[in-house]
Amino acid sequence: MSEFKPGRIERVAGPVVVASNMLGARMYELVKVASTGLIGEIIRVEADRATIQVYEETTGIKPGEIVERTGSPLSVELGPGLMNQFFDGTQRPLPVLLDKGGAFIRRGISAAPLDRKKKWEFTPLVKKGDTVIGGDVLGEVPETVLVKHRILIPPNISGTLKSVVSKGSYTLEDPVAELETNRGMVKLYMMHSWPVRVPRPAREKVPSDTPLITGQRIIDFFFPISKGGTAAIPGDFGTGKTITQHQLAKWADAEVIVYVGCGERGNEMTEVLETFPELKDPRSGQPLMERTILVANTSNMPIAAREASMYTGVTLAEYFRDMGYNVALMADSTSRWAEALREVSGRLEEMPGEEGYPAYLASRLAQIYERAGRVKVIGSDSNKLGSVSIVGAVSPSGGDFSEPVTQNTLRIVKVFWALSKPLAERRHFPAIDWLSSYSLYLESLENWYRTHIGPEWSALRKDAMALLQRDEELREIVMLVGPDALSESQRVILEAARMIKEDFLIQSALHPVDSYCSPEKTFRLMSLIMKFYEKMKAGVGKGVSLQRALDLPVKEEIARAKIHPSQAFEELAKHIETNMEQQFQSLSTELLEKPAV
Amino acid sequence: MSEERDVSVVVREYSTVNEISGPLLFVQNVKGVGFGELVRIRTPAGEERRGQVLEVRSDLAVVQVFEGTSGLDVSSTSVRFMGETVKLAVSSDLLGRILDGSGNPIDGGPRIIPEDYSDVHGAPINPYARTYPREFIQTGVSAIDGMNTLVRGQKLPLFSGAGLPHNRVAAQVARQARVKGTGEPFATVFAAIGITADEARFFREDFEKQGAFEHVTMFINLADDPAIERILTPRMALTAAEYFAFKLDMHVLVILTDMTNYAEALREISAAREEVPGRRGYPGYLYTDLSTIYERAGRVHNAKGSITQMPILTMPHDDITHPIPNLTGYITEGQLIVDRGLHRKGIYPPIDVSPSLSRLMREGIGKERTRQDHREVSDQLYYAYAEGRAFRDLVAVVGEEALSARDKIYLKFSDDFERRFIGQGEYENREIEKTLDLGWDLLAALPESELKRVDPATIKQFHPKYRAGTGK
Ligand SMILES: Nc1ncnc2c1ncn2[C@@H]1O[C@H](COP(=O)(O)OP(=O)(O)OP(=O)(O)O)[C@@H](O)[C@H]1O
Ligand SMILES: [Mg+2]
Repeated sequence: MSEFKPGRIERVAGPVVVASNMLGARMYELVKVASTGLIGEIIRVEADRATIQVYEETTGIKPGEIVERTGSPLSVELGPGLMNQFFDGTQRPLPVLLDKGGAFIRRGISAAPLDRKKKWEFTPLVKKGDTVIGGDVLGEVPETVLVKHRILIPPNISGTLKSVVSKGSYTLEDPVAELETNRGMVKLYMMHSWPVRVPRPAREKVPSDTPLITGQRIIDFFFPISKGGTAAIPGDFGTGKTITQHQLAKWADAEVIVYVGCGERGNEMTEVLETFPELKDPRSGQPLMERTILVANTSNMPIAAREASMYTGVTLAEYFRDMGYNVALMADSTSRWAEALREVSGRLEEMPGEEGYPAYLASRLAQIYERAGRVKVIGSDSNKLGSVSIVGAVSPSGGDFSEPVTQNTLRIVKVFWALSKPLAERRHFPAIDWLSSYSLYLESLENWYRTHIGPEWSALRKDAMALLQRDEELREIVMLVGPDALSESQRVILEAARMIKEDFLIQSALHPVDSYCSPEKTFRLMSLIMKFYEKMKAGVGKGVSLQRALDLPVKEEIARAKIHPSQAFEELAKHIETNMEQQFQSLSTELLEKPAV
Repeated sequence: MSEERDVSVVVREYSTVNEISGPLLFVQNVKGVGFGELVRIRTPAGEERRGQVLEVRSDLAVVQVFEGTSGLDVSSTSVRFMGETVKLAVSSDLLGRILDGSGNPIDGGPRIIPEDYSDVHGAPINPYARTYPREFIQTGVSAIDGMNTLVRGQKLPLFSGAGLPHNRVAAQVARQARVKGTGEPFATVFAAIGITADEARFFREDFEKQGAFEHVTMFINLADDPAIERILTPRMALTAAEYFAFKLDMHVLVILTDMTNYAEALREISAAREEVPGRRGYPGYLYTDLSTIYERAGRVHNAKGSITQMPILTMPHDDITHPIPNLTGYITEGQLIVDRGLHRKGIYPPIDVSPSLSRLMREGIGKERTRQDHREVSDQLYYAYAEGRAFRDLVAVVGEEALSARDKIYLKFSDDFERRFIGQGEYENREIEKTLDLGWDLLAALPESELKRVDPATIKQFHPKYRAGTGK
């Protein structure tokens, strides 16, 4: 029994329950609702009344039934067993729920997030007598082949270690150290818990100068995101939000991926579960699932838990950041999260803002994205860095980007990948619109690209973008007055832009090779296309017929280059360059021998 | 404590209705009423109706009445709270039967002996329990099989408009859909949601004509039936379908038509509750509500059966950005667009393949599922058709003379594609090989150098030019 006097239910409306006799209840405190003990969270307190959002179906709940306080807020368990695991929005492990209750999630079923019985190989990295502070590494557990789980002293405590266990295997219920703090002796375990709505502390935020390499050409080349950065990917249905998020979860060079399926399809989560274990990380060669955590609250699961799922996901991400890792979080879709806010707000009869969303939509969104960033983590090592990058999908109703969720998100995030319906209908994937997308990290990342990929990176990027912009203007002219209105040199631009689109921007997520493109290959591929463009332009300027240039066999070689593996690309690029040189050379020689009439 | 147990066993009857608003009753001085429970209402005329609790307060219950509130009054209407949720009596006997939108038989047949009672709201499938759908269903319709392949466990809606032949398309799919090489048990569950009696009759006669009515269950709510009952009808159908699929191991195709009428009913209730409306007056929770219907499709571990959904909706003013098709598209795994332009040209089925999409296609096709050239053929057909259509637009501006010889080939291709590939007979059941070969015949009109989406080796194997050469 809990130490608090139980409250009484007064009202039930969908996911929202109001209870009286709740004096002393705190905001965001967890409660157990009715005899079935449904988990809920207090979201409003007025005198002795508390309004509760319930994480499960409230069918059958009656006024008069009791509400029990737990005294603690909604929290997640942090410790070994998170990796490669699949949770719902409040961190219930879905595989365990399946074992316990079958294929359908019945109400009132519960399970501990982390396995208490499993033994982990723990290697201590501190010893008796050491003084430690929150964030220090107590020891390590090789959790998966890809992730070494660093056991951290929980934030907000410090002291002197009175004892530390020796290397060996322990469960999460075995204490691994004892810490003498100024508030007494504390037992430390490999696991601790943290309230999801409270950001985990960091020493300070630091600017990011490193891109999160995604293996997607249009992103890495034109609109990069930094490690610790924020990006939004809005698009109407079927334009490729989920596939892009999956692509990032697969290929981004982060050490840990947290994938939050928030109010979307069940089958898409299944797809991740079935495909990720088969895919190999391009850097380590290990199965991608070994660095991935899935959080899923699909559209048909209770809506309040959907609201919580984002916080659950971000807290897990911050925890691995605190170990000194680069973590990338994908949220598909933040619009469904915002709808959960709207739903609960509506039941609270709050004053609605635009399109019925609560007035605090903007600030809640900002709070989530604010938890991204590259930071100096807490702990004794003042130079240890970690990062959380957040990529949020946005699903604007009617595909209209002027709606509140898209607009409020764009005010916060630094990268905007705009998905275009016309491109998707033409099966141009990824359907990221190169003219309206942007990245505000270009400048801060420039140095990295120059030193790691090539000094010409920025110039190449600018030239290619200018060409695409020119292409757009010219195509408008064609639509108005027909293709005959264009000069030969203007056609050169159209043809070069077509090459950029078809041979570079289009990147099939489904192609075994093309799915991932290293930044080196991305850069080389674009240089080949731009070189071809320069030669084509020069040739046509001298009187070579455009058609002859387009018919050169090397153009076909460029077109097929993207399905050539990244590792062996340089060789192919050199070969293509030689051919290009020779074939254009022979065109000009021909011209000298038979001058055009 | 004991007091609470008492109220839950005693059926509570009240005649304390103090307000009636649209489809809602407000009942005062109630005690021990649970959220979401089933309510039976006796009208002053002695007729019985059903309802469901939408909200409860200490002494007030808000009840939505499925058969509508006309004829109800505040003085002599009586309301009984049943202490349980709305349930459907499920049984294998449901096959071959016709029921109303609330699950009562209306075909004059015998009483259905229940094997179980299932809550019509179902429970969410644990995403960890799902099996990814990847088994090809041959519908015999080229626009679907060739270009937007349907797989077992998929939810693939028809987006249509008033007066278009979506019902004929859906009936053809229901008639012809088979998984090749299996004789596994199957069923069709059909939910009429506010459609006309003619439309419902069309489906019934079509099912009967095939002589396969013993595999069909129909739930019928017609245009002149109570509107609020439409909230129940698709859930009734899906509850039956879940029973067939996950208890009886059957492969079930569920047709729900017309989901637009469903959304209208939801809007009516929301308006009566004076909720803050979202886009165009539809409630803000329309997405979530629709997902509790559409997500009841799929396959799960440890069950042999599957639920494949084909919802039909008519887009108001043919507008795909309207909230109903838009939010549906956000939930389903693709969409088939029934297009007015093609219909006017006399093409049946008028499925516009360009904006249509089957998101589960890629897993359902290829070697051992359909044929190894499927992906490439459909990519090439898409490309060529889009190319041809773009020239159509250009011709409209600058005239056909401005086109090059290559452009003209594409222009002709797009016309042939519509006529011969998309167009087919309402009773024509094309094998997938036939569909793909037809695609090749059309592609053969293009210069071989244009076939860039197809691997040269695939061309050698399947292009008619080479096929003829191997002495076929
Ligand atoms: N990079 C890609 N490569 C190949 N195909 C793609 C790519 N991106 C998207 N597609 C195609 O587009 C379809 C829709 O993509 P996706 O499911 O990601 O859309 P979405 O924007 O998430 O839609 P919704 O909002 O309805 O969830 C996919 O099924 C696939 O056919
Ligand atoms: Mg998606």
